[in-house]
Amino acid sequence: MTNLVDIPKVNAKNMTEKEFFYGHKACAGCGGSVAVRLALKVLGERTYTALPAGCMSAVGFIFPQMAFNTNALITTFPGAASMASGIAAGAKALGQKDVKTVVFAGDGGTADIGFQALSGMIDRNDDVLYICYDNEAYMNTGIQKSGLTPYGTKTTTTPAGENLPGSITHKKNMFEIIAAHDIAYAATASIGYPQDYLNKVNKAKHIKGATFIHVYASCPTGWGTPTETSIEIAKEAVDCGLIFLAEYEDGEYKLNRNPKEFASVKDYLKKQGRFKHLNDENIQCITEHRDKKWLRMRKNWL
Amino acid sequence: MTTNNKIFISGDEAVAQGVKLCRPHVIAAYPITPQTITVERLSEMVEAGEMEGIYMHVESEHSAISAAMGACAVGARTFTASSSQGLLYMAEGLHYCSGGRWPVVMMNANRSVALPWSIYGDQRDSLSLLDCGWIQVYVEDAQEALDMIIQAYKIAEHKDVLTPMMVNLDGFILTHTYELVAIPEQKMVDEFLPVFETPNKMSFEEPKNLGFSSKPDDNTEFKYQQNEAMFNAIDVIRDVDQEFAEKFGRKYYDMVEEYQCEDAEVVLVALGSVCGTIRVVVDKMRAEGKKVGLLKIRYMRPFPEAEVKNLARRVNAIGVIDKDISFGYEGTVYTNVNSAISKIDKYVYKSNFVGGLGGRDITKAEIEEMFDKLFFGVANKSEEKVEFFSLNVETND
Repeated sequence: MTNLVDIPKVNAKNMTEKEFFYGHKACAGCGGSVAVRLALKVLGERTYTALPAGCMSAVGFIFPQMAFNTNALITTFPGAASMASGIAAGAKALGQKDVKTVVFAGDGGTADIGFQALSGMIDRNDDVLYICYDNEAYMNTGIQKSGLTPYGTKTTTTPAGENLPGSITHKKNMFEIIAAHDIAYAATASIGYPQDYLNKVNKAKHIKGATFIHVYASCPTGWGTPTETSIEIAKEAVDCGLIFLAEYEDGEYKLNRNPKEFASVKDYLKKQGRFKHLNDENIQCITEHRDKKWLRMRKNWL
Repeated sequence: MTTNNKIFISGDEAVAQGVKLCRPHVIAAYPITPQTITVERLSEMVEAGEMEGIYMHVESEHSAISAAMGACAVGARTFTASSSQGLLYMAEGLHYCSGGRWPVVMMNANRSVALPWSIYGDQRDSLSLLDCGWIQVYVEDAQEALDMIIQAYKIAEHKDVLTPMMVNLDGFILTHTYELVAIPEQKMVDEFLPVFETPNKMSFEEPKNLGFSSKPDDNTEFKYQQNEAMFNAIDVIRDVDQEFAEKFGRKYYDMVEEYQCEDAEVVLVALGSVCGTIRVVVDKMRAEGKKVGLLKIRYMRPFPEAEVKNLARRVNAIGVIDKDISFGYEGTVYTNVNSAISKIDKYVYKSNFVGGLGGRDITKAEIEEMFDKLFFGVANKSEEKVEFFSLNVETND
């Protein structure tokens, strides 16, 4: 296995100025497009990209206007991981060297419909980096609940009213589900902490085999936030502890950030249209869920 | 002409031998009865180092077709295999694959679809997917299965076609019975089937975005091209079969095979293994002086319209055996045959015999009865009809 310590670091200074994802039609302030753009800058030209149905495929591939400057392919919705597996296998069989296959899939494409293929890809340890950009709902179809939509989110299929506070389930624990496959490398990240994200993509790039990064990516349209606050809100999600930065490597969990004090959950939530309706009791439920999670993480991962 | 090495193998094994000879780069398949022996043999060949390709242990049929498409999108020759529920589970990918113009080759072991559950054979799986843009060929025996795998790559990968191809063989009747099968020499297959090359692939020399969206302004044009490619396949099928015959000494008569149709008055039309039984009945009835014949339809897509019309102009009655039913109407083969016949300026008596579902045998006696019904229908100007034959229940007919 690659010694991850020796991998040269990437940062704003030494990163390529080339753009591999531009001219796309994403909404202003789209966090998903930032996640794709940054990752491709690290992965470089010899990259095959596979994307299932979702925002990034919808905004990037409208014939004849193609937004990827590298090889890229829209996959079937449930088949992002398996189609990427096929790409990696084909490239290997044809003797291609120094290539990377990457998937950019949304939260629904990852945690719901594409989950089976993702599990199979990791089980076979295919040489694919799977990046899930998590904007916490099916944004491309107009903001419907996915398996990664948090408790209390108002979406078009989990309306908030007198009876329900929007979504009544907590986020599926994708990072640990992926880690439980005993994958060589998995990580969580946020576009609010770009250097951390770049480092993780860079690590995954150098590992031969299946890797997974779950990157938190804001969506002004679905979240009801101003476009200019996209990076800020993705950072606040980490600072208030609802999103955590961690890695799973060599069978061990590692917390990358362990704040002494959390920023206010209420402040984070109340800045977003999708959480405007939440009452103190709902916020209490979300906070308790966060605290339980951190108790477990601190106990087991530190 | 070749010195063919003959071995005693099942239809599934014949397919595996054919695949091996075609040197696919990637095989992605999920096991399902009665296709399993094919994927078992292929994995053994990879283990033994007899094949250089990669065998992917995918977790579902949906992933099998997705992986095959992914590999094909970088220019790799790919193979997959399925059957029944598995084929239906691939359905999304089948449309995707043909639209992407990826010439994946698949073996489908024809098997009934649930409910009721049945592992035995009929042709409802592939015939219900006739519109998914794949070339569909139906074979009669294990030798034809092996030979058609080799032909399939040559047809599917042709630059004017670039369309995936499904080689169908009847579950159990062909997949699990043993025959002497001639195995072509690797060298000759290599000469017949060049290394796969396609402009429709992602490459680092010329990066591409594939699998894109199209607006209403363009979509029809893409689908028109796909339809044209399917028609182009007709000439390619003919040329490939001719070249195959010259190289390997076995000819499959292109889109259809006529048997004793030269002066026939009534003809039965069928697909796949039942054609073997019909041949025997034709021989028997011919010996009795009855002018009967068989039209074996090999390709359902592209459909052999010209051949069916040509036959219809010469006969008085055509019966179609369907091992499938489009509920609420008639058998799918009949619909297609009937549509072609309707385009000629002549009346032909027609009848649709639906049966053999869920693996029930179609007997020689039943086939003879069908021929008799066709003669009776012509003589008595009977009403044309669709009937389930040899039902074990009382009907109102």
